Amino acid sequence: MSVIEKHTIAVLVDNEPGILARVVGLFSGRGYNIESLTVAETDRANSLSRITVVTSGTPMIIEQIKAQLSRLVPVHAVRDLTEEGPHVERELALIKVAGTGEKRIESLRLADIFRARVIDSTIESFVFEMTGSTEKLNAFINLMEPLGLVDVSRTGVVAISRGAARF
Amino acid sequence: MATEQMAGAEMVIRALGDQGVDVIFGYPGGAVLPIYDALFKQNHLRHVLVRHEQGAVHAAEGYARSTGKVGVVLVTSGPGATNAVTGLTDALMDSVPIVCLTGQVPTHLIGNDAFQEADTTGITRPCTKHNYLVKDVNDLARVLHEAFHVARTGRPGPVVVDLPKDVLFAIGGYRGPGSVQHKTYRPQVKPDAARIDEAVALIAAAKRPLFYGGGGIINSGPRACTLFAELVHLTRYPCTLTLMGLGALPASARQFLGMVGMHGTYEANLAMHGCDVMVAVGSRFDDRVTGRLNAFSPNSKKIHIDIDPSSINKNVHVDVPLVSDVANALDAIHAGLKARRFRPNQEALAAWWKEIEAWRARDCLAYAKTDKVIKPQYAIERLHQLTRGKDIYVTTEVGQHQMWAAQFFKFEKPRHWMTSGGLGTMGYGLPAAIGVQIAHPGALVVDIAGEASILMNIQEMSTACQYRLPVKIFILNNQYMGMVRQWQELLHGGRYSESYTASLPDFVKLADAFGAVGLRATKTEDVDRVIKEMLAVDKAVIVDVVVDELENCFPMIPSGAAHNEMLLGPEDKKAAGPVSEEGMVLV
Repeated sequence: MSVIEKHTIAVLVDNEPGILARVVGLFSGRGYNIESLTVAETDRANSLSRITVVTSGTPMIIEQIKAQLSRLVPVHAVRDLTEEGPHVERELALIKVAGTGEKRIESLRLADIFRARVIDSTIESFVFEMTGSTEKLNAFINLMEPLGLVDVSRTGVVAISRGAARF
Repeated sequence: MATEQMAGAEMVIRALGDQGVDVIFGYPGGAVLPIYDALFKQNHLRHVLVRHEQGAVHAAEGYARSTGKVGVVLVTSGPGATNAVTGLTDALMDSVPIVCLTGQVPTHLIGNDAFQEADTTGITRPCTKHNYLVKDVNDLARVLHEAFHVARTGRPGPVVVDLPKDVLFAIGGYRGPGSVQHKTYRPQVKPDAARIDEAVALIAAAKRPLFYGGGGIINSGPRACTLFAELVHLTRYPCTLTLMGLGALPASARQFLGMVGMHGTYEANLAMHGCDVMVAVGSRFDDRVTGRLNAFSPNSKKIHIDIDPSSINKNVHVDVPLVSDVANALDAIHAGLKARRFRPNQEALAAWWKEIEAWRARDCLAYAKTDKVIKPQYAIERLHQLTRGKDIYVTTEVGQHQMWAAQFFKFEKPRHWMTSGGLGTMGYGLPAAIGVQIAHPGALVVDIAGEASILMNIQEMSTACQYRLPVKIFILNNQYMGMVRQWQELLHGGRYSESYTASLPDFVKLADAFGAVGLRATKTEDVDRVIKEMLAVDKAVIVDVVVDELENCFPMIPSGAAHNEMLLGPEDKKAAGPVSEEGMVLV
């Protein structure tokens, strides 16, 4: 058995109805994994959207995923950021924590250490906004668990290559 | 470019004309009435009225595969579109260029569960190469031309254009096809030069080479078939073909080893197992071809020419991938071999051929000849013998008869063999034959069928008779779903669960009811007579050939087995023992 690798793939697509369904349907129909998926228009003038998908599979499966994505008619480009050199990845999370007393103060203290921002506050709750790597977000969310974690909303990973080149 | 103003429905007719379409296969309904009205008012575009939308798509497939042109289908919304889904999936699996126009409820009703509404683009997304929903009449002409471009270029496939009824009534600007420059869609049709060098070096140095050709050669066109035959001839290397590739090399060529795969010949499969260089040309390492993957051709370097990058390394790792149109890649290989003044390695090749001839001498297609009952193989052999020299096109349904047809009918030319390979769609053969006959009015078109498959689209007899199409339906009637029964015998202890069809119709009377001619053969000596009678009639004919009920299709690679574990006949089956548990779960 080949090893399972995790890859971050950027897909540039025409921003047209049904394109997300095409991509998601491809993954579900062929049994590929989606660990996270984000999509938004990134080029209004040309009506292009960028999909960032984090997936996992054997090298043969990863190659298939890229070939299958490239085959979709409205797909402009497929780039495997994991394979093509250094890149940066970020994820944003909104984390709701409720509590009073020492727990409330502790959550605020940890948020400060993790450079999370408070974007909503009541006397018994905070909503923290935090940007960082998936691992950093996971670490912070784990710490919030005993301090009154109520809910989490995450964007999934967005990524871009380092340096001056596109993608 | 100046645009001409017209209604959407007129644009559809105009665009089809501009795309060179002369015939469409369809069935009317509420949502497409404007198009049918526009059809009524013109006479350059012929419409063939089928009896079920699945039949329309298969007929268009038969038309497309026998001509190389795009087949066009017109169906209504809702059930019209859903009935077409099997045909579309079939066309996707076998890379057949189809444009299917579906009606849709008016745009303001989409999503409201309107009468005869279905989410056609949603349903057909995974079973088309691409699909469109046209919401603005001013996009219509561009989308239609684009649909044809996508369907016929690259790896061909079906494209659906969903047309809401209000768009068909709306007035907009029509643009001609012009030169379609799609924003994103650019199939790679020229091979990478460095890869060609690697391929040429491997081919030139091979000691135990094998060409493994598929339907991609035929899809690429006549030039690819010629170049392929020349390459096989020039190298003197052996060649096998897939089910879809039959006809890409004349079956009478000495170097042709027969079909490869589950019911392929012994010599083709052992050559595949034992070769040192495999040249896959427009074939896709389908599971029916490879058998057990971890035992597939273990000692060969593999070159793979395919226009679809996703076919490369999908099932089998290849050493030299060549993403290209087959004709261009073969051109480059020819040039490369010429440049290095290629001469085959005579000594090695002679030894390899000696081995192959020994396999060939096993005569793996031999069957027990008898006068007591008609052997299905015999019936096909006679059909082939008695139609030699005629311009004959063969379609099939799916099952044992299909494999026997592939084994015993010898195809000399491409585009004369139409069968459902990838999807394995029972009911394909009759409507496909109708499409072929429409494209080739003077030719002999025979659907080699089973009695179970033919009933799946038997309603198309009515179409054949309406258009006076003299298609010949040659049923090998064993009263069983033969391939199901064979697998039940081999894998499930002979428990023939639901594979016997009681109350079959009287096919002779059925033919008569449709206005066709019915013939029956029950004894070996009847076979020649009914074939001759069938050929003499200039009408649709159903021939009911009552064959040996329990005959099995051999040779066979049982599921989960490797090429060198092939069963040549019932005796091998006993010796080989039961199929592995791993094999049992495979289809």
